[in-house]
Amino acid sequence: MTDTPTPDDGLLPSAPGTTPDPVQRGERHGMFGATAGADTSGYGGLVSPILFPGAAVRPYGGGFDELADAIEATSAAGAITRTVIDRGEMTIFVRREDLSAVMQALRDEPSLRFELCLSVSGVNYPTDAGAELHVVYHLMSITHGCRRLRVEVTAPDSDPRVPSVVSTYPAADWHERETWDMFGIIFDGHPALTRILMPDDWPGHPQRKDYPLGGIPVEFKGGSVPPPDQRRSYN
Amino acid sequence: MSTQRTDSSVFESADFDSHETPDIFAAPGEDAGARVFTAQGGDWDDIVGDVGSLPEERIVVNMGPQHPSTHGVLRLILELEGETVTEARAGIGYLHTGIEKNMEFRTWVQGVTFCTRMDYVMPLFTETAYCLAVEKLLGITDEVPERASAIRVLMMELNRITSHLVCMGTGGMEMGATTVMTVGFRERERILSIFEMISGLRMNHAYIRPGGVAQDLPAGSIQAIREMMPLLRKGFHELELLMNENPILKGRTVGVGYLDLAGCMALGITGPVLRSAGLPHDLRKAAPYCGYENYDFDVVTRTGADAYDRLRNRIDEMYQSLDIIEQVIDVLQGHAGPVMVADKKIAWPAQLAIGSDGMGNSLAHIKEIMGTSMESLIHHFKLVTEGFRVPPGQAYAAVESPKGELGCHLVSDGGTRPFRAHFREPSFNNLQAVAAMCEGSQVADVIVAVASIDPVMGGVDR
Repeated sequence: MTDTPTPDDGLLPSAPGTTPDPVQRGERHGMFGATAGADTSGYGGLVSPILFPGAAVRPYGGGFDELADAIEATSAAGAITRTVIDRGEMTIFVRREDLSAVMQALRDEPSLRFELCLSVSGVNYPTDAGAELHVVYHLMSITHGCRRLRVEVTAPDSDPRVPSVVSTYPAADWHERETWDMFGIIFDGHPALTRILMPDDWPGHPQRKDYPLGGIPVEFKGGSVPPPDQRRSYN
Repeated sequence: MSTQRTDSSVFESADFDSHETPDIFAAPGEDAGARVFTAQGGDWDDIVGDVGSLPEERIVVNMGPQHPSTHGVLRLILELEGETVTEARAGIGYLHTGIEKNMEFRTWVQGVTFCTRMDYVMPLFTETAYCLAVEKLLGITDEVPERASAIRVLMMELNRITSHLVCMGTGGMEMGATTVMTVGFRERERILSIFEMISGLRMNHAYIRPGGVAQDLPAGSIQAIREMMPLLRKGFHELELLMNENPILKGRTVGVGYLDLAGCMALGITGPVLRSAGLPHDLRKAAPYCGYENYDFDVVTRTGADAYDRLRNRIDEMYQSLDIIEQVIDVLQGHAGPVMVADKKIAWPAQLAIGSDGMGNSLAHIKEIMGTSMESLIHHFKLVTEGFRVPPGQAYAAVESPKGELGCHLVSDGGTRPFRAHFREPSFNNLQAVAAMCEGSQVADVIVAVASIDPVMGGVDR
């Protein structure tokens, strides 16, 4: 397997009509993933782009055209900035200010009828300038035979705000709170946007890429953890 | 209704005779705004006496996070008027272990050992959802051998039974029916022995791997399952006799924890709770994976939308699982074959055999890499330490877990580790229904309603 597969080497199964016009999100240095120590392999100087699947081109095939038509017919012009068909899944990128209207239409229009908002979560792409924070919604329509759709909205780090969809999908309540907790994305209009998994007074948002794994001093209210040599021992 | 804390300083200023304490849930410096009592166990009469002397009508009770009836470290915040719950909220996060974050720092294969620890009552479902998502990202969904898929189905259906047994056993115990618990855990133990025989572990198996399963079924396991089936049926029947028409149990569960179809849809509820509201939605039928379309089974629904129908649904689903298991072991017995994808760049190099000490080793493989082929050794070393690379993109795979839709959303940046792993845990989502199910009911019904959701805090908090 090569370091950065491109859609035409057969590793990325693409839908019919998809052009290999991927979106670059960052680049990869070296070949073996090691960053510490001197490079003795000669491969350390390699730089290759990280290419995510790009916008699909009509016809999409696989029943996605019908869905895309219905979405386009019910949303404002320009609300859908990109449609990606990849690995048999459809993702629509929605302009932030149009999210509420698009979600409302996705739920209510008979041709769409996505009854369930199964999940809301965040992804942090530090190298995606101006769109560092992505919010990903997974919708499902039971009416249309378990049809699935992924909706993605981006926000820059400097203005991490996304409209809340709780008024449309009450199920998104806790999911949005988790996304705020983990990524610091503010959901405007959420009824009670508070931390849900981390303690109320926790500083930082742990699942952002600039947040380290471990090494965070943990403090319990009014208590502390003694150094290892001062702890109770049983021998 | 007891809260514990090891830090004795909290109680230094407290007047122990009245059980009045500072608010241990308040932030430092925050005013609790009202008098706070802490129950320590066995002192309920005193608490009631103290609280009864208060002029306030409205009482907020923190049920949990340490309470035997809340399924683990779940904190229920109940506003009471007498015995009636006027407002109910769930507080979670007490078991958050950062599994999703940790997975970003381990290889794709190591991810299985992390996610299996999320919902420890249904580990094989989490493993399968994760592996299906990895396989989708790799584009090898169709290359997973049929035998591997059949073993996954076998393990998942066995796991569905153990999960439902835990749900009913703990739920029964919370209502005071200890026998339901002992029978449920006795039957579960039979299946855990099978799990131990097949995967080497009773829980946290890490048995299902991207591309297939860790190893083939050991000799004698199908025979052991066949011998177990009649015993399980007998045990289920015992549970049915104990519960189905039990007037006390019906009195506690019928009409309790009511959530109709509209409520389920709004709150994104799936699984037995949704099917108790009458909608026959089951991903095994609606969007089959792992070859579920090849097995004959029914989706069980009822229309009462209450705790009793959820309980009955779970019992019926266990029988359906037995039917699937009978079909799948016939398939497995007749057809030998590989249990891992053929692609040597993805498949784990050694097919480990289980020794007498549980997980063993593959002597043939050690002979090859240490004795005959240096290339094999290099390949083994690279694949095990560095891991395989996954093309950039994202994928979502979902399975019908005992608790509802369990989804796994993975993002890859082309590296050897997930860029982002997120699990759509049914327990996490379904626990949002506590307010809708409990408000207006009695305090005792809260326990039944929560048990009927079947939340496992390992999955809720991840």
